[in-house]
Amino acid sequence: MQCDDVARILPEAVGGGAAVEDSVQRHIDACLRCQAELARYRKMLRGLQLLRTRYLEPAPGLVAQTLALIEEAGEREARRAILSGKRMAYAGAIGGAAVAAGAAATVVIVHRARRKAVPAAG
Amino acid sequence: MSTSELPQGPSALEPLVQAAREGDHRAFDELVRRTYVETYTLAMRLTAHEEDARDVVQETYLRAWRGIGSFRGDAQFTTWLYRITANTAYTSVKRRRRHRADALDAMIHDPAEMRLDAQPEESAQQSAMLDRLSVALDQLPPKLRVLVVLKDVYGLSHEEIADELGISVSAAKVRLHRGRKKLRDLLYDEARPQSGPDGGIEHAV
Repeated sequence: MQCDDVARILPEAVGGGAAVEDSVQRHIDACLRCQAELARYRKMLRGLQLLRTRYLEPAPGLVAQTLALIEEAGEREARRAILSGKRMAYAGAIGGAAVAAGAAATVVIVHRARRKAVPAAG
Repeated sequence: MSTSELPQGPSALEPLVQAAREGDHRAFDELVRRTYVETYTLAMRLTAHEEDARDVVQETYLRAWRGIGSFRGDAQFTTWLYRITANTAYTSVKRRRRHRADALDAMIHDPAEMRLDAQPEESAQQSAMLDRLSVALDQLPPKLRVLVVLKDVYGLSHEEIADELGISVSAAKVRLHRGRKKLRDLLYDEARPQSGPDGGIEHAV
């Protein structure tokens, strides 16, 4: 096991992302250079974790702008829902009228057929 | 901005999340206000570009608003929001890479100017180190930076990251490995000639 081999493993191993083999651990225990390298990675990761609560300030007015966008999108979608509801109502009315007309036509045809059939039977 | 506007614990958001899921628009607006700084910070860390971060945050909240009804609550609301932000930012980073790759490096912000003031517990030495870390993070290639930020800063799992970015878990691991190595090189290899033996991140954390 060489220092270069350890250096290749450290970026993944330092965050607990990979199990460290005994040979690697033995090398680190005996090698000051690799111990220093491991310490650098650990410090870097601790620093990254600290960044989690280091908040950056948005420009003034950005929250209000976002809320306005959401409201606008909400209104747009509500209008779309109403329009699509109206379309459904129109389609339903047209469909209903068509069915009613069909039924009426059927009744008329059947009625006429019966009237023609009565003298023939007599 | 006052400290009261900084993010609160997840339990403080639960009643608002519940109300928002049931269609209460005011509750959702309040959720936006309470999580905005955190979401914006994540977007800035992921994109390293103020204008893109602003777009990402707006898109994130629009998507959250449309999807809040289907949010099951088996993860924390903030984690759910992180994942939407990550997905949106990754799309933005890819688009930006295609169209404006050269502008990226020129637009790196100065984190010292962007930082909120109300963090007295941070020592000057630690603060300097975190500034350097922020700058180094912004210098990472976007695809590597996304991995380092989501895993090492925000603690998302490899699986969650892979899922949101549309990549395999093994690809996520490889990119994280490369990102950490590159970040280490940016912090230590470049710092030494300028800072001398006492400078850099070595003594700061």
